[in-house]
Amino acid sequence: MRLSKLQKGLWALAAVALMAVGAAVVFIDRSSPSVEQAEFRPTFALPDADGRLRSQADFPGKHLLVFFGFTNCPDICPTTLAEVAQVMDDLGELSDDVQPLFISIDPERDRELGLDEYTEAFHPSILGLAGDAAQTRAAADSFRIYYEREDSADAPDGYAMSHSPALYLISPEGDWLGQFTYGTPASEILAELKARL
Amino acid sequence: MKRIFATLALIAAAGPALACETVTTGSLEVSRAWSRASIGTARPGVVYLTIRNSGTADDALISITTPAADMPMLHQTVMTDGIASMPHAMEVPVPAGGQVALEPGGYHAMLMDLTQVLKEGETFPVTLTFRDAGEVTIPVTVQNIGASAPTCTSPDE
Repeated sequence: MRLSKLQKGLWALAAVALMAVGAAVVFIDRSSPSVEQAEFRPTFALPDADGRLRSQADFPGKHLLVFFGFTNCPDICPTTLAEVAQVMDDLGELSDDVQPLFISIDPERDRELGLDEYTEAFHPSILGLAGDAAQTRAAADSFRIYYEREDSADAPDGYAMSHSPALYLISPEGDWLGQFTYGTPASEILAELKARL
Repeated sequence: MKRIFATLALIAAAGPALACETVTTGSLEVSRAWSRASIGTARPGVVYLTIRNSGTADDALISITTPAADMPMLHQTVMTDGIASMPHAMEVPVPAGGQVALEPGGYHAMLMDLTQVLKEGETFPVTLTFRDAGEVTIPVTVQNIGASAPTCTSPDE
């Protein structure tokens, strides 16, 4: 099929329009990364520190409390993991029904630094997961969260990670139940969990 | 210096680690200095504290040094559209008649290249440099890695 000049022009225009829509979608994604209220089922398949691939199916009957972070993060990540630890302690026996997950968004460096020793320092129940770049991006996309490496001379190894720092609650069936934004007091998280367990 | 001794005496009187040590330079008072225990020295540490300015002129914290880290730096956790990033803070403003807290989720001193493991219960000195008030050194108490606030209390709490 031979295209006339006009047809070629129209196709080019269409391509440009498509790219613009694509750019707009990416832009919207980045500017409003908070999780939507609509129910959806995030998925993940990521290795733990021993290299065992973990997914939702490994935690039957448990609610998941999921945080995406990196172990070189001195402020927000320890603060949030400390809250998770507090919640797990306060849940008492009910804590058997909750699995906290720390998903590394800086997996290569975190594996080198030691994932287990980090999560265990906060609470033995917290399981650290660190995949490869593709697995990590897939998990983050499925949770509809944002993360990005930011090169900076003022950070260890010359880079830091910017990321969505909320805690996500997933039902035993895999449904996304809600998010706790950074700074939500442990008592509120505890109350929400107790109401569901 | 007298102030430090008075504070130390207070601590001694009040029992172990109940009162926060407070140091002053000019019209600035620094207190509630704490950190979190580190795992080894590979990951950066953190320092939080509170600065009160009883004077009539604005000041600013412009740098920190400590023997505990080769590359300490002021940072600020910033939330933009739900995304946390942690840019370098050129300075931390200390407004006249007000106070500023370096606390989780906001301003903090990030200790890169730790020279020692930060062990719970120990203290290490941090020297703060203010634009106008000059330098002052405060002992920082290392708390549990899961701590989210200082365990000590200010004299007026």
